[in-house]
Amino acid sequence: MREQDSLERARNFMEVPYGYTPEEAIGEASRCLSCLRPTCKNGCPVEVDIPSFIKLIKEGKFIEAAWKIKEKNALPAVCGRVCPQEIQCESLCIMGKKGEPIAIGNLERFAADYERESGEITVPEKPKPTGRKVAIIGAGPGGLTCAADLIKLGHQVTIFEALHKPGGVLIYGIPEFRLPKVIVEREVEYIKKLGVELVPDAVIGKLYTVDELLNDHRYDACFIVTGAGLPMFLGIPGENLNGIYSANEFLTRTNLMKAYLFPEYDTPIKKGKKVAVFGGGNVAMDSARVALRLGAEKVYLIYRRSEAEMPARKAEVHHAHEEGIEFLFLTNPIRFIDDGKGNLCGVECLKMELGEPDQSGRRKPIPIKGSEFQIEIDIAIPALGTRSNPLLLSTMPDLKLNKRGYIVAEEGTGMTSKEGVFAGGDIVTGSATVILAMGAGKKAARAIHEYLKWKFWDTRSIQQ
Amino acid sequence: MFKVLVSEQVVPNIQLLTIEAPEIAKKALPGQFVVAVADENGERIPLSLADWNSEEGTVTLIVMQVPSHIEKFGTVVCVGGCYGIGAIMPLARSLKSRGNKVISIIEARSNNLLYWQDKLKRVSDELIQTASDSSAPYKGWSYDPLIEMLEKNRKIARVYAYGCTFMMKLVSDTTKPFGVKTLVALNPIMVDATGMCGVCRVSVGGETKFACVDGPEFDGHKVDWDILAARKTTYLEEEIRSLQRFECQQWYFEKAKASVTK
Repeated sequence: MREQDSLERARNFMEVPYGYTPEEAIGEASRCLSCLRPTCKNGCPVEVDIPSFIKLIKEGKFIEAAWKIKEKNALPAVCGRVCPQEIQCESLCIMGKKGEPIAIGNLERFAADYERESGEITVPEKPKPTGRKVAIIGAGPGGLTCAADLIKLGHQVTIFEALHKPGGVLIYGIPEFRLPKVIVEREVEYIKKLGVELVPDAVIGKLYTVDELLNDHRYDACFIVTGAGLPMFLGIPGENLNGIYSANEFLTRTNLMKAYLFPEYDTPIKKGKKVAVFGGGNVAMDSARVALRLGAEKVYLIYRRSEAEMPARKAEVHHAHEEGIEFLFLTNPIRFIDDGKGNLCGVECLKMELGEPDQSGRRKPIPIKGSEFQIEIDIAIPALGTRSNPLLLSTMPDLKLNKRGYIVAEEGTGMTSKEGVFAGGDIVTGSATVILAMGAGKKAARAIHEYLKWKFWDTRSIQQ
Repeated sequence: MFKVLVSEQVVPNIQLLTIEAPEIAKKALPGQFVVAVADENGERIPLSLADWNSEEGTVTLIVMQVPSHIEKFGTVVCVGGCYGIGAIMPLARSLKSRGNKVISIIEARSNNLLYWQDKLKRVSDELIQTASDSSAPYKGWSYDPLIEMLEKNRKIARVYAYGCTFMMKLVSDTTKPFGVKTLVALNPIMVDATGMCGVCRVSVGGETKFACVDGPEFDGHKVDWDILAARKTTYLEEEIRSLQRFECQQWYFEKAKASVTK
């Protein structure tokens, strides 16, 4: 796919790839062998009928292709851009065995964008109302997916969102150049058009408890998809100095609050000349590339393992390299250095080497004695994932949590220890991806639908 | 959108806002805060609840706070300064209703910057008004009458201090040698205020805590005040720039308005 020039784009917030032209899309789709027993489908957490939509693109029926995707996936323009296709659908494509797999993600993005630009967005016919009400807590990818599926089954759905804008991580976390916010707004608009009620500025746990939603507000079921929680820090000296941002804060200030447009927008951000980001995931890549676009002269990405162990999407790592991010692999920070006025002015690191594989199957980094060195930086961004958010859960003593404070929910349904309450996404699994939260939303929608039919609750299968 | 019903200046620089928010009014507790965004381009800022009316469905803000755990402690001193004068009112009211003897101390540079004296008198057994320029009944800062009480061995079960960071630090320093439990409501910078961003982290007893979900009330004797004060100044330059820009815009706006009416 054609892209913005790497040096130019490193200084603007516009989207990196341009997207296919119709000719390019047909060309790519025509490479598909239309396998008799397609395996690509099995790699999709939301069960998109991939061979059928590719066939429609091949025939030039782009809008029909978008509808085909939307039968299973309410957020195709988002997924086409942010899914890690290389470990999902595309990894199973037979064409990938000998050469390049079909660019399924790019084609999905093309179909969704084509439908949007044509203005022919149609809403499926409203089903017969069932008279059942479902409350969804969190308007991120998991909540939006679950809502879209449930409303199509005829249930009344309300989504409660703590922030002033819906979209969750799609709005506050993933930057504009990777996922334009206009796209998220349009996808949310589509879900509202389906008839979903969206209540912003509603912090569940403070405004209403889950018991109040179920008893006083007469919701028949509740789905908790509250997403990321308290950001993790490095736990090294100096981490509260000025200039140290959690990745969540850094990204929220820029993406949700538009701090890069300060003072037109009220929220400020420290732009930094020399920035270090710590971590190897998508959020770390996003933070590093945002720092560059804010005007940093030098951006380091510091990771304690090697490039092969980095969990980030391949395309993002590649883009980051192209844009001039300096990667320091096998490097671990041990302390932040103070300028004497409470501001950050450097970081001391240790060199690492890889040892035996650990629990995650990745080779464990071991520090090399005496390899300490210092780097001059004025902004540090730890992007190390998050912990469970206690805000809502502390108001639910009857809900079973695991040792790490996440909700215990049944695999495949999201059923929790509390009757009528389902859960999914990061609040169950810990930090994961957009598409996994969407998959959890889809499975929960199916389970909630079953529950509303029978009102049967059997928690024996939930692990203690 | 939440409608602003009343907006008035209580004393110079202290603004009172009454806002239509029936669902929040039903849930309000002393020591809590709400997040406010002024307009489309606004910042998310935490503001403490100074009062609420669940029947009328309104909340009143004076400018931050998990509800205080309130029970019968005995004699309790509530210290308020700046916006905190508003925030200690519901605290004092709730403490008094639980049978505590409540002494409220409010401070300002000058008498004309004190407000809500009548409201506080109604919910306190004793109200001490201090001003550093001797225009109020008590000359000095809020910790001066507090030291007097402690030195006279008056039995005080606990102290609450709501207000600017420096005042809360001084009150905590005052009570520390006497071993009187002191709770402060910290007001660090926040963004989402739901436990997601971590900007509001404070060091309490050597541990990093998040004011939005772990606080904002903390033991004043354990807070690392130096880190807190430094963190609060992060955006000082930007704040000055924003304010100057706003003032310039107002000036152009007024000028444009004047030329239209001519």
